[in-house]
Amino acid sequence: MEKTALHERHRRLGAKMTDFHGWEMPLYYTSVLEEHRAVRQAFGIFDISHMGQVLVSGPDALTTLNQLMVSDLSQVAEGRACYTLMLNEDGGILDDLIVYRLGDTDYLSIINCANRDSDVAWMTAHRQGRTMMTDISQGRSILAVQGPLACRTLERLLDARVTSLGRFGIAPIRTMGPDACLARTGYTGGDGFELFVPDHHAQRLWDLLVETATPLGGRPVGLGARDTLRVEAGLRLYGTDMDEKTTPFEAGLEWTVVLNKPEFIGKASLVRQKAQGLSRKFVGVELSQGPVPRTGAELSVDGRRVGVVTSGTFSPILERPLGMGYVEPAFATPGTVLTLTVRTQRYPAAVVKLPFWKGETGKVTEWPRGQGAKPALGQPAT
Amino acid sequence: MQVPAELFYTKTHEWARREAREVVVGITAHAQQELRDVVFLELPKVGRAVKQGEPVAVIESVKAAFDIYAPVSGTIMRVNDAAVKAPQLVNQDCYGAGWLFAIAPDTSDDFANLLPADAYAKQIQAA
Repeated sequence: MEKTALHERHRRLGAKMTDFHGWEMPLYYTSVLEEHRAVRQAFGIFDISHMGQVLVSGPDALTTLNQLMVSDLSQVAEGRACYTLMLNEDGGILDDLIVYRLGDTDYLSIINCANRDSDVAWMTAHRQGRTMMTDISQGRSILAVQGPLACRTLERLLDARVTSLGRFGIAPIRTMGPDACLARTGYTGGDGFELFVPDHHAQRLWDLLVETATPLGGRPVGLGARDTLRVEAGLRLYGTDMDEKTTPFEAGLEWTVVLNKPEFIGKASLVRQKAQGLSRKFVGVELSQGPVPRTGAELSVDGRRVGVVTSGTFSPILERPLGMGYVEPAFATPGTVLTLTVRTQRYPAAVVKLPFWKGETGKVTEWPRGQGAKPALGQPAT
Repeated sequence: MQVPAELFYTKTHEWARREAREVVVGITAHAQQELRDVVFLELPKVGRAVKQGEPVAVIESVKAAFDIYAPVSGTIMRVNDAAVKAPQLVNQDCYGAGWLFAIAPDTSDDFANLLPADAYAKQIQAA
């Protein structure tokens, strides 16, 4: 298996390791839910160096990216980033990614580990004009520091513009080499940063962060909690919640698509689908109590299957099972009560508007206890 | 790893405590340690007839769900509703407050098929 530059540190911390698409990564250090809570209450430190880093540069970089992606990257200023999708000709999603504009004609794309090879091959094959594409992952680590205390912790530790960096901004980190930078992006739904630094700097920074974390309630966090956090925040996982057979509209990601861009791969298919309408829509569901909604679990209404779960977890913050998946559009309205079947047992599951967890200052929807009760959504937390 | 001497054990990591009229059942510290965050319990109905070795309950962590097997044949007399409401009890106190269900055994012979503490301790060390 492949290993990141921080691999030995995970082992020394006693992490339970797992094979994640060919990379030996920490699943948890102590417990998934403990690590999840730490990220919501203080901060978590993640090694996400297994993700791909592709630099797209040159006079025609923007043209190439606008052809490949659904967003209009000409709207992304230097020092800013955007979440976007890369489609095939059928409008199916090849990957979801963040593109950071580092300079006038320099863009950094962070792509999912599972798709590194196929994405690079696809992007390279669709270069326009004078565009250079380089996989710069080698020798570079990615750390994520996420949670309400992430900002003040990094402000103290880094020689960089941290506090004043806006959401989806990216800025250089001084004293860690010419290419080191930090971005105010993340996969937890709350505040946080992702740091792109050379391996040896990453190792020292990791040690410093772990040392600083303990008295503040922060801690290293593995992929297990990375998954429970993103489900709680209503964030999709490529390969689980969407794949090549899913269009942005079905996945509830219509907002990323700039349909009146002159041209991009998949545009014609999307225009057709927009005219025809959807056969399924991505939704979130909540249970008042019950098991974790597992991938593949059936969602039904009056005994008829209307959908399927793609992701699920138990939220330690909202203290209830959460699921995401696809249903027929007629049943996608928030407040609709569906039946979830897990291991032959049936449980009521209410469709809710994503995200489930609305951030540090957000309200929590109240789901009355007891089976069969109608959900009273939108009420403030007591 | 905690393996209380007075209990009996199954290969599938359940413990059984013989009381006057029933056998109380739970999962061992070894199992709980592997499972970590227990978030859901599906316990059998009171009155259900069960056979030794039959899967009768489900314990679920964030990552996966696992079957729990009846250590003896008999009838389910009680289930731990407190643990159903607060599944983390199983992680916190698996031999005490985190007990799962109690069986009125059909026969005392089933206990001969269970592992005494030292045999179970050997099994988990070898793993």
